[in-house]
Amino acid sequence: MEIGLIALALILATLLGWLLRQSFNTQPWVAEQVSDTAHHGPLGDDSNTRLIALLGLLAVVTSFFALIFSAYALRMELGDWVPMTEPQLLWLNTGMLILASIAFQWTRNAAINGIRSRLLPGLLVTGVLTLGFVLGQFVAWQQLQNSGQGITVNPSNAFFFFLTGAHAVHILGGLYVWGRATIKVIMGNSDGAVIRRSIELCTIYWHFLLLVWLILFGLLLST
Amino acid sequence: MPFAVVLILLVVGSILFHLLSPWTFTELASNWGMVDFTVDITLYVTGFVFVAVNLFMAYCVIKFRYKKNARATYEPENKKLEAWLTGLTAVGVAAMLTPGLFVWAKFVDVPEEAHVVEAVGQQWHWTFRYPGEDGRLGEVDNERVSAKNPFGIDPEDPNGQDDVVVYSPEAHIPIDQPVKFLLRSKDVLHDFAVAQFRVKMDLVPGMDTFLWLTPTRNGRFEILCEELCGIGHHTMRGAVIVEDQSDFDAWLDRQPTFAEQTSRAPGNAAIGAAQYTVCAACHGSEGQGDEAVNGPKLAGQSAWYLKRQIMNYKNGLRGVHKDDTIGQAMVGMVAILPDETAVDNVVAHIVTLPDNPAPVTIEGGNIEDGQQEYRVCAYCHGADGLGVQALNAPRLAGMSDWYLERQLQNFRNDVRGSHPQDYYGFQMGLMGRSVYDEQAMTDLVAYINSL
Amino acid sequence: MSYVAIADRDHEQEHHDPDTFITKYIWSQDHKVIAIQYGLTAIFVGLIALGLSAMMRLQLGFPDEFSFINPENYYQFITMHGMIMVIYLLTALFLGGFGNYLIPLMCGSRDMVFPFLNMLSYWVYLLSVIILIASFFVPGGSTGAGWTLYPPQAIMPGTPGVDLGILLMLASLAVFIVAFTMGGLNYVTTVLQARCKGMTLMRMPLSVWGIFIATILGLLAFPALLVSAIMMIFDKTLMTSFFMPAISSMGADPGYTGGSPILFQHLFWFFGHPEVYIVALPAFGIVSDLLSTHARKNIFGYRMMVWAIIAIGGLSFIVWAHHMYVSGMNPYFGFFFATTTLIIAVPTAIKVYNWVLTLWEGNIHLRVPMLFSIGFVFTFIHGGLTGLFLGNVTIDLPLSDTYFVVAHFHMVMGVSPVLVVFGAIYHWWPKITGKMYNETLGKWHFWMTFLGTYAIYLPMHYLGFQGVPRRYFSMGNTEFMPDSAQDLNAFITISALFVAATQLLFFINIIWSLMRGPKSDPNPWDATTLEWQTPDHPPKHGNWGHHLPECHRWAYDYSVPGYEDDFIPQNVPADKAPAGRDHGGEH
Repeated sequence: MEIGLIALALILATLLGWLLRQSFNTQPWVAEQVSDTAHHGPLGDDSNTRLIALLGLLAVVTSFFALIFSAYALRMELGDWVPMTEPQLLWLNTGMLILASIAFQWTRNAAINGIRSRLLPGLLVTGVLTLGFVLGQFVAWQQLQNSGQGITVNPSNAFFFFLTGAHAVHILGGLYVWGRATIKVIMGNSDGAVIRRSIELCTIYWHFLLLVWLILFGLLLST
Repeated sequence: MPFAVVLILLVVGSILFHLLSPWTFTELASNWGMVDFTVDITLYVTGFVFVAVNLFMAYCVIKFRYKKNARATYEPENKKLEAWLTGLTAVGVAAMLTPGLFVWAKFVDVPEEAHVVEAVGQQWHWTFRYPGEDGRLGEVDNERVSAKNPFGIDPEDPNGQDDVVVYSPEAHIPIDQPVKFLLRSKDVLHDFAVAQFRVKMDLVPGMDTFLWLTPTRNGRFEILCEELCGIGHHTMRGAVIVEDQSDFDAWLDRQPTFAEQTSRAPGNAAIGAAQYTVCAACHGSEGQGDEAVNGPKLAGQSAWYLKRQIMNYKNGLRGVHKDDTIGQAMVGMVAILPDETAVDNVVAHIVTLPDNPAPVTIEGGNIEDGQQEYRVCAYCHGADGLGVQALNAPRLAGMSDWYLERQLQNFRNDVRGSHPQDYYGFQMGLMGRSVYDEQAMTDLVAYINSL
Repeated sequence: MSYVAIADRDHEQEHHDPDTFITKYIWSQDHKVIAIQYGLTAIFVGLIALGLSAMMRLQLGFPDEFSFINPENYYQFITMHGMIMVIYLLTALFLGGFGNYLIPLMCGSRDMVFPFLNMLSYWVYLLSVIILIASFFVPGGSTGAGWTLYPPQAIMPGTPGVDLGILLMLASLAVFIVAFTMGGLNYVTTVLQARCKGMTLMRMPLSVWGIFIATILGLLAFPALLVSAIMMIFDKTLMTSFFMPAISSMGADPGYTGGSPILFQHLFWFFGHPEVYIVALPAFGIVSDLLSTHARKNIFGYRMMVWAIIAIGGLSFIVWAHHMYVSGMNPYFGFFFATTTLIIAVPTAIKVYNWVLTLWEGNIHLRVPMLFSIGFVFTFIHGGLTGLFLGNVTIDLPLSDTYFVVAHFHMVMGVSPVLVVFGAIYHWWPKITGKMYNETLGKWHFWMTFLGTYAIYLPMHYLGFQGVPRRYFSMGNTEFMPDSAQDLNAFITISALFVAATQLLFFINIIWSLMRGPKSDPNPWDATTLEWQTPDHPPKHGNWGHHLPECHRWAYDYSVPGYEDDFIPQNVPADKAPAGRDHGGEH
């Protein structure tokens, strides 16, 4: 469970540090007009609110994957573990996912700099690469299944399918949001700020899932 | 005001209940008096806090209850007081934790000289294994478990040959000798708990767990499974018999080793056939049974079950209840079988008899209602009613229905299964009580007849 | 009422007040309506679980007297009772119900920041409840594996509902977790982003603090349950061996190899222990506000209270294995977890002291919510202290898996939070409905519930000392148990049935109040927190009319010296009422 605990400790420490900054040395019973800097207005600044919610979601997802990694580490120590040979295809998939992240970053920069013409191509390239990744994963599962390396063969296989599957589901969730952003761009009737915000948040999510993938892939390769 | 009075009464009442309660720890029978000591310390500390805080609260409710012209004090915090309270609490916690950790350290550290008994749990009974003369247990593996080798002992492992196997939920241990119970499960989680010993530990399939103790008192102490293990969880009982070393040695000597058990010659059906002529008087020449003389059908019943019941009659576990007149008659009859070999022989003959369904003698049951009743039965006796040896559940389908009904009555009325050593009968007694009345029983039998 | 400009962030469309019945009460995005939907659904399933417990108690008190209870459905009852009460009632009610209602009102915001997501959260929760209820009606019935769902037995023959029952249970949990995550992200973001002007974190009422920290715990802990549920579904349906070792089940080899049941337990309790505090922390917070309001005194040691909540929340993640002292895990873990567990007693004790000290020199109105609050403090002290027994690894040896455990967790996690739930419902009932309830009926309800539950659970501890194991359908003749133990069990059953029946008083009271109840004052308790200062009573969609409130002080300005009223609402500016004393810190 150490991995889960470490991830959790990091999340909680971040939170704690922030809470400490908020509350240290205040005497709450003293009534006074508080300058309104510590927080935002009633409805908040939209992008900030969404960013906070996204960060919250990422914390949840971090906890989710960290716990699977913990289970992986615990299960690995039991006697029957036979390391699995990962399909070579995963390298190609990894490449695609990295490129997708780069493409998204490029699109985001374009959005921030107001270069609207780049948005659609950027989003489409990202989408194709990401879809390519998911399809590639699917092919990899097929290959394993066909070569007699199915999910029941060994716990290492079971974890492989579970981890990559869970990751793919998160990617698909991201693609849903990507799809909505892309439609907005195609329809062309949305506010530029709205689109920019969507793209910015999506980019963070993509980078995050790339990071999860790299850790996950590294874990699979090293064991 | 009444509220505060009730609070005070509750505090006083709780203390009185505690002092007067006849329900308290059972008399200790092991070396784990330290556990009781830790409990006592915790009781004193927590009892003090319980009384002090609640009485203080009651006092506040009386003293500071609403008065029209009164006004509460304004006091956001009092760091000094809070620091004191925190400090005192920490001291109290440390006072409780320290002995706890100290005792746990002893529990974790098994003495070198402790002898080993393996307790094996499975749904829903206990069996035991002793290491034999070489002092070492043979390798075991759940995948090797079979009817012939219920412990799953590796036949190739020389350490396993002299292992003493006890296929009964009763373990014996000598008094004043530290013993380490090695705990192993064949199927699901179980928990080995003896109230008088104070210690318990789960059995986890796929790994060995342990606990240790030194028994300090002779007697029979019940083992209860305390980790939910399925529908028969509450029936999973056993006993540890603590006795003097000499009694223990004599008992151990009488138990078969793994080698003896596996090399035991199968019963000789030819010899058994000769002895069966006596049985045939009531059970019929082909074991078909005869209700008129209270002889149930035997043909088709599993050999292990027949043998166990005959042995139960012989060993005084069955047919001893004053209301079990038919069983008493049977006790007289089995006396013609002098020993276990004779029992094996006659059983070997019975299993060769042709198995034709017994005639239906009980009418008027509703099969659909019976099917509902049978849901619980099916967990052990199987959906097909053919019995499951691993669960000690005999065949029901196609056997004498009148006998089935009578035995169910007997189980429900403690006529059968009430002997403290008839563990499997005890289980059936607990389960059989959920068939509530005559009609339910008739329905049930009707359904079993339809299987 | 176009001033209610609540942006639906997911749709970015102009928002109008809902005007049809459907949009107002069914597909509503108003946090108050969603809160009520959550509350009603949770109470509905809670009543089912209460019924199940009555059935169990009938069997335990009067073994084999009732033909409709057999070992199969008994184990299904205990499983569903536990699961429903812990997850679908208490978690949903405190966070989905009270969280939804109180966070925006107490923080001075118009709604949750993502109203659409909030609505979705409720409907997904309802779906999880429907899946859960459906499991009663599938072939084989619902699972009977105990609420902990330990493998291997949860998915092996010998346990009721090993086919569809357990799968629906796991699916329902997964759906619940999705619902909770949607709701939880909303609550956290709302607290962080949508507080009104002047509402600093350290001015938030403790109710919000409790719910806020509990939500964070939930967000981080529920994934553990999700992971273990998915892995168990794999083990069941695909024959993987995450948790399943090689076993011989009823004489047959099901084909598993090498897995670890202990791994499941670690994951389960990594969720399961924080879950205790997911239920407890909101109760802590709410009861603090109730005590302070009805004692007309500021909560004692507010900062300490906040930090105790945070400390308990943090520590709750490193105590999980105290549920596993005798599970067969590495026994050396016992030292660590016993220590962390007993350490958590310190911040918890501080909270108790501060509640009691809040009463000291107060001016205590013993109105119904206050009765429930003090009742809570009493039962919580009892339940907390017995926790010190079980948290201590050595004492766990004789007491784990006995009635002592059942008594302990019902006292601390059943009775105590439920008393707070009732106290809170009575307290905020005038705000929610605009009507008053019947005080006398409420008091009867309190007395019967409080005394009745104590009569159930105090004796139950002693059956635990005796060594009576939990989850036993019946005891049979057991030598070490005196016959009187069975009589005590019968007494407990009678108390339990009595308590269950008296809950009718509550329903009679609220129905009476809805139909005939007198109109309530907008602020009947003279409370300071913002939800009592809304321009409309009960508050309308958007909560605050034209102008959002501004917060000028903390939530506990009761009986401030030099001010005529004995309370100063949070939105009264500093120059219109005493500004508090520079007090407390260093004397």
